[in-house]
Amino acid sequence: MIHAEGLTKRFGSLTAVDQISLDIDEGEVFGFLGPNGAGKTTTVRMLAALISKTSGRAEVAGFEIGKEADELKIRQRIGVLPENVGLYEATSAYQNLEYFGRLHRMDAATLRNNIERLLRMMGLWEKKDDPVSTFSKGMKQKVAIARALVHDPILLFLDEPTANLDPEAAKMVRDVILELKKENRTIFLNTHNLDEAQRICDRVGILRTRLLTVGSVETLRSGFSTKRTAVRVQRASVELVAAVKQKLHKEGVELSGNRLLVDVEDPVRENPDINEAVVAAGGRVIELSQVSPSLEEVYLKLVHEEKGGS
Amino acid sequence: MRFSQAWIIARHDMGIFRHRWGVMGPLIGLPLGVAIGFPLLVDYIVATNAGSGFDTYLPQLINAFSFWFVIGAAILPTAIAAYSIVGEKVEKSLEPLLSTPTTDGEILLGKTLAAFVPTILAIWAASVLFQGLIDWATRGALGYLFYPNWEIFVILFALTPLVCLYAIEFSVLVSSRATDARGAQQYASVTFVPLIFLYIAGEIGFSLNTTNLWYISGIFAVLVLVLFQVSRRIFHREEILTRWK
Repeated sequence: MIHAEGLTKRFGSLTAVDQISLDIDEGEVFGFLGPNGAGKTTTVRMLAALISKTSGRAEVAGFEIGKEADELKIRQRIGVLPENVGLYEATSAYQNLEYFGRLHRMDAATLRNNIERLLRMMGLWEKKDDPVSTFSKGMKQKVAIARALVHDPILLFLDEPTANLDPEAAKMVRDVILELKKENRTIFLNTHNLDEAQRICDRVGILRTRLLTVGSVETLRSGFSTKRTAVRVQRASVELVAAVKQKLHKEGVELSGNRLLVDVEDPVRENPDINEAVVAAGGRVIELSQVSPSLEEVYLKLVHEEKGGS
Repeated sequence: MRFSQAWIIARHDMGIFRHRWGVMGPLIGLPLGVAIGFPLLVDYIVATNAGSGFDTYLPQLINAFSFWFVIGAAILPTAIAAYSIVGEKVEKSLEPLLSTPTTDGEILLGKTLAAFVPTILAIWAASVLFQGLIDWATRGALGYLFYPNWEIFVILFALTPLVCLYAIEFSVLVSSRATDARGAQQYASVTFVPLIFLYIAGEIGFSLNTTNLWYISGIFAVLVLVLFQVSRRIFHREEILTRWK
């Protein structure tokens, strides 16, 4: 559905997006993670044929960005939810959707059906004639998502769909995205909400101007070099941690509730030594288990490494 | 360029302005004020100067008054264009609009039509009333029907549309820098300053006859072409998304 090779965008001397290469399959929910200013929105705008690329190439839904003849076809086939919902506040939810459906040259009957289906799906059908200005932030976000879907796009770009929303509204929007996922839509989700990415996305890419890594959340976590062994003991204490550190001759030991978390490189080789060290330090071991880093840890490490390197 | 696509945008924008007093007030009030106010003034002048030989100056005076339709064509679209472009910028609705399968030219044409059509219709409708009332007020003094004549023809069908386009294109330029509709309207209002000078010149002796009106139209035609090129460059998708403040 999306194929990019060395996609780059420069604004004068500033490189906003540097040499991005990625492939996204049909029906996939792809999360694009990165801190503010990492180039997520710029990438979406390039892929949505809204701004030009500086170099590289990309195909979206089989059409090439940067080719004038293809750009209208790309915009015909995609739906975009920008970071700012940008609804016409004085008009109703129905009129907002109707306007965008017409701009996508939909026939009247299909448009009517789609608007009704989407507003019912969003739980807004009863309020279809109310001015959008009377809606809550979460409701507006839902109308904006419906607007992006009104012409049945095969690919959906969602730019920070839950940013600035309260937890309840954010959950409301996340549920809608999960609903869309069930419909097998291809979704490109820009977010810096890692929990959201973990719950929704099939794969994620971490961006900081350059694409640092791409993979499923599980692959990223398991492939990450830092692994940990969790040792559950009967009575964990700071003194026990200090003693274990001394016996293992390593600093990577920390206390977490009734567990000791020990950094390891090769668990199969090191776990028996860890067990012995804890017992020798006076701890009574209940259980040893392997702990993979969270997506947050992977993200922070990659982003900070890149920051330090650049 | 698909006119139908531009017309969808224009109709949508006109539907929104229908409910804005800041747009509808001047759109109805100004042409109506010109159409009723000046004929009443002419009627008063005719009544108070009967037999004084003032009748010879009446055509010049009426032509100068009719020039207010041209001034209106510069003032009215700036209010609409300010809401149409800067209003969208403020509401952040330009990006979703730009994400639709619509070209920059179609969006610009749609915005232009949204300001052009109501302005021209309001002025043309008011001019019918104006001509009728002027004929009613001056028929006795002049001994003939002053309207219709070639001067009003040039004003309504050449100069007014050109000045209207000039004001809209100028508003587009202003819109890229303005941060609110009122500010954009204030900046764009400078468009009618040269027209006020022409009106004053008409009052004090410069003849606003058919020939001079064609010359003035020619100047505005050139200005429209120049501003069209500049506004096309400014109203560019990438420019709007990355440079507009």
